[in-house]
Amino acid sequence: MRDVAVIGIGIQKWGELWERSLRDLWVEAALNAINDAGVDHIDSIYVGAMSPGLFVGQEHIGSLCADYLGVTPVPATRTESACCSGGMAMRSGFIEVASGLSDIVLVSGVEKMTDVDGGGATYALATAADGDYEVYNGITFPGLYAMMARDYMHRFGLTREELAAVPVKSHANGFHNPHAQYRSKLTIDGVIKSVMVADPLTIMDCSPITDGAAAAILCPLDLAKDFAKGKPVVKVAGMGAATDSIALHDRADFSALNAVAVSAQRAYEMAGVKPTDINFAEVHDCFSIAEIIVSEDIGFFEKGKGGQAAAAGETAIGGKIPINTSGGLKSKGHPVGATGIGQIHELVTQLRGDAAERQVAGARRGMAQNMGGSGGSSVVHILEVV
Amino acid sequence: MASVPNYWRQEPQRYRYEANKCESCDKVFFPPRLSCGLDCAEELKPVTLATTGKVLTYTIIHIAPTQFTDEAPYAMAICEMDGGGRITAQLVDCPFANIKIGMPVRIEFRKIQQDGHHGILMYGYKVVPA
Amino acid sequence: MVGIVGYGAYIPRQRIKLEEIAAVWGADAAAYKRGLMLYEKSVPAPDQDTVTMSVEAARWALARSGVDPRKIGAVYIGSESHPYAVKPSGTIVAEAIGATPDCHCADFEFACKAGSEAMFVGLSLVKAGEMEYVLSVGGDTSQGAPGDALEYSASAGSAAFIMGRENLLAECLHTYSYMTDTPDFWRREYEFYPRHGGRFTGEPAYFKHSLAASKEIMSRAGLTPKDFKYVVHHQPNGKFPQNVGKMLGFTEEQMKTGWLSPWLGNTYSGASPMGLTAILDEAQPGDLIMMCSYGSGAGSDAFIWKATELLPKVRGKAPFTRPQLDDNKVYLSYGQYAKCRGKIRKAD
Repeated sequence: MRDVAVIGIGIQKWGELWERSLRDLWVEAALNAINDAGVDHIDSIYVGAMSPGLFVGQEHIGSLCADYLGVTPVPATRTESACCSGGMAMRSGFIEVASGLSDIVLVSGVEKMTDVDGGGATYALATAADGDYEVYNGITFPGLYAMMARDYMHRFGLTREELAAVPVKSHANGFHNPHAQYRSKLTIDGVIKSVMVADPLTIMDCSPITDGAAAAILCPLDLAKDFAKGKPVVKVAGMGAATDSIALHDRADFSALNAVAVSAQRAYEMAGVKPTDINFAEVHDCFSIAEIIVSEDIGFFEKGKGGQAAAAGETAIGGKIPINTSGGLKSKGHPVGATGIGQIHELVTQLRGDAAERQVAGARRGMAQNMGGSGGSSVVHILEVV
Repeated sequence: MASVPNYWRQEPQRYRYEANKCESCDKVFFPPRLSCGLDCAEELKPVTLATTGKVLTYTIIHIAPTQFTDEAPYAMAICEMDGGGRITAQLVDCPFANIKIGMPVRIEFRKIQQDGHHGILMYGYKVVPA
Repeated sequence: MVGIVGYGAYIPRQRIKLEEIAAVWGADAAAYKRGLMLYEKSVPAPDQDTVTMSVEAARWALARSGVDPRKIGAVYIGSESHPYAVKPSGTIVAEAIGATPDCHCADFEFACKAGSEAMFVGLSLVKAGEMEYVLSVGGDTSQGAPGDALEYSASAGSAAFIMGRENLLAECLHTYSYMTDTPDFWRREYEFYPRHGGRFTGEPAYFKHSLAASKEIMSRAGLTPKDFKYVVHHQPNGKFPQNVGKMLGFTEEQMKTGWLSPWLGNTYSGASPMGLTAILDEAQPGDLIMMCSYGSGAGSDAFIWKATELLPKVRGKAPFTRPQLDDNKVYLSYGQYAKCRGKIRKAD
């Protein structure tokens, strides 16, 4: 397998983008990535999108995207793994370059979630859970994560205030992210007193409904220096993916995400590094409790200690291990299929030293962890400066 | 519109809690499965979930999907049934303050959803304090 | 010999007090309570209907009987609030208890006596040797029109009986049915609420049929009121069954155990059947019980039962009736009740 580099990234400001269609959003991000890379052609496209069929009535978006970028007959594939559809696009593109099949691959993600109303969005998102044995009986996504939070708080003594520290920290970071959907600061009290969604999670524990796209260009490491333009060359040092039961009730431990642990372990093995070698991470904080559990399962904290560590500031910019410097899904937004690539965008920005007020000092190696549903799938990438 | 064939096909599970069990590793599957994995014997034996069990974790849903707005707020629990097998079900007829991890529950037959004013009624299982 | 081999009752947890309803309509609560002898009634939750309650009651009947559900030859659900206008309640109940597919099914309706009809027919089929066991259920979640007198009583509950020939808990000694065409209470197709003839529902309807059926069955059996330990009549409110019982010569002591309506309301097809389950919860071997239903339209089904030696031995295998009435109650406001009963016009 060849080594793979990321030579270009593209995104736009995420939010409720009423005037932008799915194809507009995707093409904009793709062009931004292509221009950032400075490539004049692409060999293959991967688009991550959870459910363009349910959100905008459009499938076959591989063809749609290649068409509207104006690059047909380039092959294009849609990847889907619920909320880690984007991460899977990255994984698939990585494999295509690493295998030697292609040299310049555009990996991307997009989701247009506001053409349906709240009920429609909830319905579409619920398809990431077990439709007949979870959703049919009345559970919601916040409900699934609330049950994890209940278990975690019961076993490890995490308090409601400590849990609220995660979105507070994420918004403090997102405040400095020009692409973030919400650039407002939060308080612990404000989080706890906001509208209850699924006890104990309030609306401020939950990532929002967002429109957006993100894209990146991959190429063999050997070619990357030709495109670097004086910036650090960023290599994909490790990649790992894993699955777990689709239904939360079939998990061995409600406060652990085995797919996350295994996908991270596989990425560490490929990269030949350990958790202490990671300088910062973008993790899948679909809900506040998810960030805490993930931070433990990717090896940053012992099981049961992640919440208190976050509350103590260890995951803030400048802390022991900054998590979600972009603002995370909570503040940056969560256009489902785009999120995984949005994480890559933040990693590359940090590794190039372009993160301005969000910059992690001395950032040389970062991790992106992207997850589907209540943890039924997870994909991890480790990127490092060469 | 709700799928009539999909609903009908699952009546053995939703009405009678029919499951199956791997003879090699003793794991109970609800709903029943064709495969326990490649290491286990191919034979999975039909079993029925016990109607009693205990709460493993729970939440109170405040913002409910459209089909459940009349019932909001309502409690949901992951329950492990006696003898194996787990369900995610509404926990009803129980004041929220009384819900405890580990509390004993039993299944009751209830109407889960209905497909608007015109479509089918959809029944299934909920749990009540035992 | 033919009779009951298993029985069960189901009452939802929710209640509403008569005063709560009266306050909304500006009615004199005290007068209604005195006049009807009603204090509160059961209210089904949005996830409960005749089918769900019948499944639970039937499961408890199975628990008491020890019968293999595949041996049930017929499932009859009597109700005036079947969840579907076309598609039987009985098929869902039969599937849920595992009685399918070798099973006859028909839904019964006859206002409040649909349940006792199911019992009447079930007993007859078993007696005729056509089937080994029949499940007969009476249950309702009937609606009372807002502001109407019936809103104070229309409630929810279900009683299930498995009829058989052996291991009886109560032997059926006599049955008798008295019926005329008497339009005292009705609901037209596509109407949401029933209507009734006011005071006409009393003497020419409830009393005429209940009295006639009760007198005739006692006459055919060669029995008088003092021979019975228990009696239960249809109980649309607290007052009517007390009156008819006294008119026949029964005492309050004989009526007391089956008299549930002041706290339960009128469970329509479940009314006298649930009175019977409450009686079976305490009857001793040899006790004679008379049950006489009434259904508007109109008719009464009368039964004479004798409790057996086996009854006290197995009745503890499932929940009793009275604790379901008295314990773990949740009181609703009128608004919550209206929401539960679908009385609020919603956007969809």
